[in-house]
Amino acid sequence: MRYRVTVTLREGILDPQGKAVKGALENLGFEGVDRVRVGKVIDLTLSEGDLETVHEICKKLLVNPVIEDYQIETLEE
Amino acid sequence: MKFGVVVFPGSNCDHDCHYVLSEVLGQDVEYIWHQEDSLKGVDCIILPGGFSYGDYLRAGAIARFSPVMAKVKEFANSGGLVLGICNGFQILLESGLLPGAMLRNRNLQFICQYVNVVVERDDTPFTMLAEKGQVLRIPIAHMEGNYVPPEGGVGGLENRGCVLLRYSSPEGDVSPEWNPNGSAGNIAGICNERGNVAAMMPHPERCAESIMKTQDGRLIFQSVIAYLEERKTKAS
Repeated sequence: MRYRVTVTLREGILDPQGKAVKGALENLGFEGVDRVRVGKVIDLTLSEGDLETVHEICKKLLVNPVIEDYQIETLEE
Repeated sequence: MKFGVVVFPGSNCDHDCHYVLSEVLGQDVEYIWHQEDSLKGVDCIILPGGFSYGDYLRAGAIARFSPVMAKVKEFANSGGLVLGICNGFQILLESGLLPGAMLRNRNLQFICQYVNVVVERDDTPFTMLAEKGQVLRIPIAHMEGNYVPPEGGVGGLENRGCVLLRYSSPEGDVSPEWNPNGSAGNIAGICNERGNVAAMMPHPERCAESIMKTQDGRLIFQSVIAYLEERKTKAS
């Protein structure tokens, strides 16, 4: 199975990258961009295990719960 | 006293730490490769600065699962002294031996400069030769030093006595203008409640002899040596 994990900074945690990107967009003349948050995407292909395994992987390594949240999406084979 | 400097793939301050401890301060020092599962009977473990595992995923996130870290955890839980410097700080956070996490610096730049840090606790093995309120000049060199405290915030850490060093003015003023990287509460160094595990973003190994701009970093290592000697005398 293939899974896509999206890791983002938790609400309330300052995102310096997002802030810089927002500033750049303003400089480029894009108006009305109220907020930018930068995260990362990690694609996993599993030959064993299921969604529960992916949660375990997230909690153990991919995500730092002090600063980050995550979402898992199941991808088409 | 015997020190162990852990070497991860990508560590780059390991030799500096080894040099200061062995050549400048005359201690026994062993390198400990990250794949080893013995700490070689050392009295204090140093997790040095650098870019362990290329800082992939998050700084320190992968180093935390090195075989040696299981031993470092055991050692720390049994009261052994562990000092993390820069990347070592990040590894200790990721491993859960110290609370909180690191974000990228507020300005998104790698910062390499001398800073002032004020000592908040002088009763830990790492600061016992310093005085509370004393200001040390030690260089920083990092991309991710923007400290985020765990639930309970900076106040919670203060209540538990976990704040060790703060970025400050040369006089010890900790107002936000002296904060180089956006770190919560100007925090530059923390310790656990027991006081045997500590970490700092500034590099004491880079300013520990007279040829350098300052020698303030020496105080950190000398404190550890003094503490261990005292402990040994008491035990015998």
